[in-house]
This record gives sequence, structure tokens and C-alpha cells, in this order.
Amino acid sequence: MTNPSNPSNPSRTRDTALSAPARVPTELTTSVPGGVGSSPHRPDAALKVRGEFAFASDLWHEDMVWGVTLRSPHPHALIRSIDITDALTVPGVRAVLTHTDVPGTNRYGLERPDQPVLAEDVVRYQGEPVALVAADHPETARRAMRRIAVDYQVLDPVVDAEAVVAGAAPLLHPGGNIVRHQPIRRGDPDATAPVVVRGTYRVGMQDQAFLGPESGLAVPAPDGGVDLYVATQWLHVDQRQVAIALGLPVDRVRLTLSGVGGAFGGREDLSMQVHACLLALYTGRPVKMVYNRQESFYGHVHRHPATLRYEHGADRDGRLVYVRAEIFLDGGAYASSTPAVVANAATLGVGPYEVPNVAVDCWGVYTNNPPCGAMRGFGAVQAAFAYESQMDRLAEAVGVGPVEIRLRNAMRRGSTLPTGQVVDSAAPVAELLRRVAAKPLPPPVDPAEVDLRQLPGGVANTTHGEGVVRGVGYGVGIKNICFSEGFDDFSTARVRVEAVGGEVAATVHTAACEVGQGLVTVLQQIVRTELGVRRVSVLPMDTSIGDAGSTSASRQTYMTGGAVRAASHAVRDRLLAMAAAELGATATDLVLAGGAVLSTRDGAAVDLAALLGADAVERTAEWRHRATEAVDPVTGQGNAHVQYGFAAHRAVVDVDTELGLVRVVELACAQDVGRAMNPQAVLGQIQGGSAQGLGLAVMEEIQISAGRIRNPSFTDYLIPTVLDMPPMRIDVLELADEHAPYGLRGVGEPPTISSTPAIVAAIRAATGLALTRVPVRPEHITGT
Amino acid sequence: MIVRVNVTVNGEQCQADDVWPGESLLYLLRERLGLPGAKNACEQGECGSCTVYLDGVLVCACLVAAGQAQGRQVRTVEGLADGAELDPVQQAFVETGAVQCGFCTPGLVVAAHDLLNRVDRPTDPEIREALAGNLCRCTGYEKILEAVRLAASRRNPGGRPGEAAEGESR
Ligand code: FES
Ligand code: FES
Repeated sequence: MTNPSNPSNPSRTRDTALSAPARVPTELTTSVPGGVGSSPHRPDAALKVRGEFAFASDLWHEDMVWGVTLRSPHPHALIRSIDITDALTVPGVRAVLTHTDVPGTNRYGLERPDQPVLAEDVVRYQGEPVALVAADHPETARRAMRRIAVDYQVLDPVVDAEAVVAGAAPLLHPGGNIVRHQPIRRGDPDATAPVVVRGTYRVGMQDQAFLGPESGLAVPAPDGGVDLYVATQWLHVDQRQVAIALGLPVDRVRLTLSGVGGAFGGREDLSMQVHACLLALYTGRPVKMVYNRQESFYGHVHRHPATLRYEHGADRDGRLVYVRAEIFLDGGAYASSTPAVVANAATLGVGPYEVPNVAVDCWGVYTNNPPCGAMRGFGAVQAAFAYESQMDRLAEAVGVGPVEIRLRNAMRRGSTLPTGQVVDSAAPVAELLRRVAAKPLPPPVDPAEVDLRQLPGGVANTTHGEGVVRGVGYGVGIKNICFSEGFDDFSTARVRVEAVGGEVAATVHTAACEVGQGLVTVLQQIVRTELGVRRVSVLPMDTSIGDAGSTSASRQTYMTGGAVRAASHAVRDRLLAMAAAELGATATDLVLAGGAVLSTRDGAAVDLAALLGADAVERTAEWRHRATEAVDPVTGQGNAHVQYGFAAHRAVVDVDTELGLVRVVELACAQDVGRAMNPQAVLGQIQGGSAQGLGLAVMEEIQISAGRIRNPSFTDYLIPTVLDMPPMRIDVLELADEHAPYGLRGVGEPPTISSTPAIVAAIRAATGLALTRVPVRPEHITGT
Repeated sequence: MIVRVNVTVNGEQCQADDVWPGESLLYLLRERLGLPGAKNACEQGECGSCTVYLDGVLVCACLVAAGQAQGRQVRTVEGLADGAELDPVQQAFVETGAVQCGFCTPGLVVAAHDLLNRVDRPTDPEIREALAGNLCRCTGYEKILEAVRLAASRRNPGGRPGEAAEGESR
């Protein structure tokens, strides 16, 4: 399987240094007022509206060639042989590589290194990478790829997660097919109650469907290493995995974040990172890889599909006595984030409610379905659909309304979770519910003035209002913020202040990935607030500075915000000491404001630019949140989480019961964000997160049959358009969390969690149907 | 068969040699003419990220063969601003927070620009209909609607008032 054109030592293939790429990420600078709590414009917004922002798929190097990936057509098969001879004869082809060309360890994985960079003797999912080609034109590369002959011996795919837990499946990985089983036991396992409701719920496989495809540019370096420009969520975890696969010291693999076209969890795992670097090292040329939409569906992990069996017991007033549940999460072919997804679904499995007796078992397993991992709200999303559906059943069983049943059981500050952890900051679950319930309802459709665009089916003209019924539903959810279970979670930031052309200017450098959420804006705001300057530059994020951790778990404003604040404080202390010497004052009497140091005692002032002269003050800080601990593997007890985020939704829907079409008429949302660091960006997170929850409720599912994806395109995998997404009414609460920087609470995930159950509850209210599976499809409503 | 394509892009005469018959206008713009503003999110006409004007009419550049642009006028997102001065649509996207990751933005800006050239003060249902072919995964569209309303009110301050804003926040 070796490639005769490959030099034996890839690091010696180049003798002249390549220039830097011609189109790469740039420093972002704005000089405006706008500290914490205001909404200055994004520093990258002008570039983005002009079409000049360098997304990863826009990168360009004069000498670059194109890389493509040959993927397995089978969900499960043995590889008997791979013949690349034919592919190498295609003119314009630079390299054809297989697993034998992986110089380091042919394994990677976020939590467990169980996934080959290129398949060896077995493929475990449809779409698994098998070989790579680099060529002068992407079409040449694709043609050559089709000439690679792989001899497969097809095996039966394992596709049923529950069967795996039952032990009825052949072994897919040496350590067994259970990735993680996490029980939670609290109180009396045999508790009984006068009112009991049961249900089995299913959640389909959702895709992150970020718009910017997986892409990047790998440039071989004179030191035998590689510089990788890439769209990712965590530069340092990529760096570590790439270095291991390439067999290089970590410092020879340098990453720079390129423009990221959305992420939502789908860029936590590696996609083209190692592949592009391998091709770059073998060809001695910069290699660009860009997935198309179909390949993107195969090229990243998805949201775990789930089966959830629940039993809730309550007294006659609807106060919960116990919850028992079994949760089965299909992790697909490789582990990815499955262990953490299991932890979330288990520890948050009863929702934001007080429950004295809990017995939950959650399994995440290997199958031959597409690998599943991180997607916005992971673990909590699946559980919330089940526990919120159960709360509505319970409300009906005891004869109270859906808001009332939730209010009677709502968690609050001081409540104890099923893990034994006490909630020690605001948990305004009841308040959030009351707020959405108090919003005025949208007017009913006026039969005299029907606008088709406002009916289910829209301008397809499927109804003029006949057969259309309205329903209202509620949902509330809980999500852990930051990394849990004893993970050493930290971020690093460097802040520098100097005079530039007579104006004092600050520069922030971190490795924290901006994926669209607006972190770059918030970091500027923090520096302005702490140092009293206007002009702040954000350097491109890269691995030349310490780890910032992942842009996930709604943690980056909390963590890198915390690090930037800490670095700013160190810079401030130095500036105040300099000014104290200059003014003959004590530093404790001085403050930074308006580009100057002011004395609170006598009003004396010294301009920062003058104070600095030709000097710069630069400080680097590493910052951690408070420690957490692992949960007990048998009882699930332990202080596993740092912080919780809560959001509640009310959904109003119109349903055409004859055709099964749903139109979401309005969504109301209330969320506690602790502190709205940038109110405009907070609303953007709530609106965008709610839209993804709507997608899961009524449209989005990767359809799998026998391990194969049937709809890998935007023609067949539908995400909400502007016609599907209704107007929103939003309340933002700011109840400071005294443990967090600025009192903030992670924002990104909670709104995705509660919108799905609220919408399905509204469809149930409209139709009277049980609806135990998401997404709800027309045939679930029409019964055909 | 390999061809040469001459096309006017944003007012400039451009020429590309060695164009493959299967290449799209999107590839031509992005990879041969150095104009990556139009984006490649599906290459199937489903997402609108690659929206450009071809002889003044909106097209998905991914669905147009490069050869079809021969001798014609293309206007991309890069050609909307007047030097340092953003087009009112672009400015409104910046101000309202309609840009998150920004991958959808070039397509949406061009589509909204076209809408406001046709309709002075579009109502919300009209805006929704005009932008229905442009996917955005980040924003939930609310702030995009806000941006288009704002741009419309600035371009045509005396025009027919659009329908009142649909949502409310805070
Ligand atoms: S890339 Fe052209 S419509 Fe999606
Ligand atoms: S802003 Fe990210 S897709 Fe629209």
C-alpha cells in the first residue's frame, strides 16, 4: 500500500521556505467606547459584510494544491487490500496516502484515542476516511480518488443501541461496546407514589449544519513541522492530536484559527486536520482541503440519537416523589465526546426539578452508525425532551396546568441535585416560567384576512385555515456550564498596553476560538472596562500562546473572559504602580479611566500614553474556575458541575391536522444570563439557539437506515429558514452568580434545550396526540 | 475541453484561462479571480450563501457554469460598498447584530440589497419571502429582519411604512 512517489522522510521534501499564505486571518481592531454591559459592534463585522473576512474555506496560497478524502461506502467492513497504483498515474496527482503513511500513532479522539486517522483493516462507519489524494485541481484529486481500488469484505452493521446494552452485538472495539454507563442513585430506590406516569421517548440524530464547511490550509515548514490554518473549536486539543498522529513534537505543529462558519459542537473532533498536514508534509506543498456539504455530513460527529424510558411518581398534588429512567445514547462508531454526553444526560436527567428519590441509568454505546459527539446542549437536550414530556403527562394525571406542575417542583437556589450537589447560585426556574406564561398570546388567525404566509404550508397554498388548530406548550431546561467532573479547565490570556501614535492601545492574545458567538467583541469589552482604554486589538487566535480550552459547554466568555480580566488586572496593577511613582501617590488611590490614570484623592491625572512613553506593559494570566469532582461510578454522587444555565420557552403553534404540517407562530423565551456582557449578542444566542431547538422539534433529522445516511444534503436535511422561524419575545434576567467573572452565566446552550419540548407540547395541545419522538413528522400527526 | 472566460466583475474586466467545463461561476470567482466573498455552503442551490448578481439578476453562483458568465456582468458582495463607505444594507447588518459567524452574510446582504432595490419599504412577510432561500444557522433570523427593516427605513425614509416589528425583546 505504499506510495512509490513518497519520499521516505517527508520532513526533507522541501529545501526552500514557502512564503506565508496570501489570505489568512488578520488582527481585529476597533477604537470605540463600549465596556462590559454594552453592545459595541463586532470588530469583524465590517469585514464579514464586505465579504473580506478570511474563512477557512477562503484561505489561499500561491503554491497550494488540493486534498480530498476517500471514504468508506460501508458502515462495517473488513479491508482486504487497497490499491493506489491507478490513482498515481493521473496527471496532476501529487500524493496518494493510506494508513501505512501515517508516521505517528494512527489514532485520535477527544476523550479516548480510538479512531484511526486512516482506516487500517476495518471500517466502522459509512464515510470513514480510508485514503487521501493531493492534486493540482480539486477535480483532478477527485478523479484520482475514484481510481483507488479498495477490496472490502462487508459485515453486518450493529445499529441498535439498546441491543448493544443487552449484550446482543458483536464486539466493535477491543474494550467492549459500552463507552460509558453512568448510574445515578439518590434516596429510596423503591419509593412509591400514588400518581405514576410512564413514557418512552425517542430523539433523532440532529446535525450541527454549520454553514461553513470543514476546511483548512496546511503549510509545510522549514523545521520539518507544519503550520495549519483551520476552523476549529479548540486549537490546543487539535494540536496535541495532530502531533501524535504525525509523530512530531507538539511545538512543530502550529495552529492558527481561520474564520469559522459556525460550529455548535461539530468542530470539536478532528476532521481534515491531520489529513491536510500529512499531505502537506508528503508533497512539500501547502495543501487546502474543503469539504462539500455531502462530505460535511460524513465528516463530523452528530447529536446522539436517544431512547429514553421514564417513570415519574408524584403525590396527588403533583409533587415529585421519584424519577426512574433508562437512557440509551447511540454513540456510533467512535467514542468522541460520548462519555461527557452520558454524564450530562445522567446528572441532569430529571431536569430543573426537586426530586427526592432518583434512579437513572444512562448508557452511551458503540454501533456502526455515524459517530456522535458534541452538539449544543449535548446530553441535556435529549433528557429534556423526555422529562418535559413527562411533566406534561403528570400535569394531566393530577389535573393541573403545565406551568403549575412545573412551578410546584421547580428547583431553586439551595436545591439538591440527584448527584447530591447543592445549587449554590441563582436558579430562577419558577420565575422564568412565570415570565413566559405572562406574555400576551399572539392573536388567532383571522379567517377574514388570511395571509397564506402565516399558515402551515405557507405559500404552497395547502390550506386557507380549514383543519388548522392552535396549541400552546411550555418547556424549561437545565445545562451545566464549563467542563465538569474534575477536568482541569483553564484558559490563558495575554494583554499588552502601549502607546500607538499618541493613543493608548491594548492588544489581547488568546487561543480561544471565535466561532461566530462574538467572543472577540466581549474580550475587547472586558479590556475596556478594566483598563479604561478605547482602542483594543484582538490578535489572531493561535497556539503560540497557552491553551484556552474549548469553545463549548457555553464556557468561553466565562473562562477566557476570566483570563482576560485577570491579565488586565495584572497590567492595571503595573500601570498604577508606575503612575504612583510618577505622581508621588499611593496606587490604591488611583484608577484607570479614559486613557489616563486618575487620583481619587486629589483629581491629579497622568495620561497613559505619556506614562508609557516607548514602553509597553504586558502580562499573561492563566485562569481556572472552581474545582469540580468526578461522580461516583456506581451512585453518581459528587459535585460534578461548575454552574448551571436555565431557560424556559412558551411555544404557540398552528397545526394543519389533515396534512400534518406545523407552523410555529411564536416563541417566548426567558433566560437568566447572570450578567448580559453584550446584550445584543445575548439575544443573538437566544434567538439562534431557539431556532436549532425548533429544528429538532419539527424538521431536522439525519435519517439512518442500516448504518447509512439517507439525506446528506440541504435538499433533504432541512434546517429552519426565515419562514420557519417565528418572531420571539425574550426576557433576559441578570441574577449575578457570585462565583463567576462579572456574575455571568453561560448563554449559548440553554435556549436550544427548552425550545424543543415546548414546541412539541404545543403540537400535543393542538392535536391531542401523544407524540413521543422528535422531530415530529407530518405522518406522526396524520397517523398515515 | 478547456476554455477561456471573459467576464466583468464589479465593473472590472476579468479573464480566466484553463477553465474546466464543470467549473461553476462560484469556483471561478473564488478560486480564479480572488473574490471569495460569495460562499460555498452547499453548492446545490439550497443555501443562498453564494448569491451574486448576474446581469442585475440574483443567481446562486454555484448553479451557474463559469462558461455561462462569458461576456456578462457579475456583481458580488465585494462590489456593494463605495470604497470605505458601506452600503446601507451592510451598515445595518453591522449595527443590528445580524452578523454572527458571517458565513451566510454575503449572500443575505446581496439578497436584501436586491429586495430593497425592488421594494421601498417591504413588510415583514415580504422580507421573509425574499430571504427564504438564504439559510443562516446562527442568528435565528430575527436580527437579519431587523437589519433589513433598518436599511429600508434609511434608504427610503419617506416610503410606505413597513408592518410593525413582529417580536419584542427585553
Ligand atoms: S452554495 Fe450556492 S446555494 Fe449553497
Ligand atoms: S451568521 Fe452564521 S450562518 Fe448566519
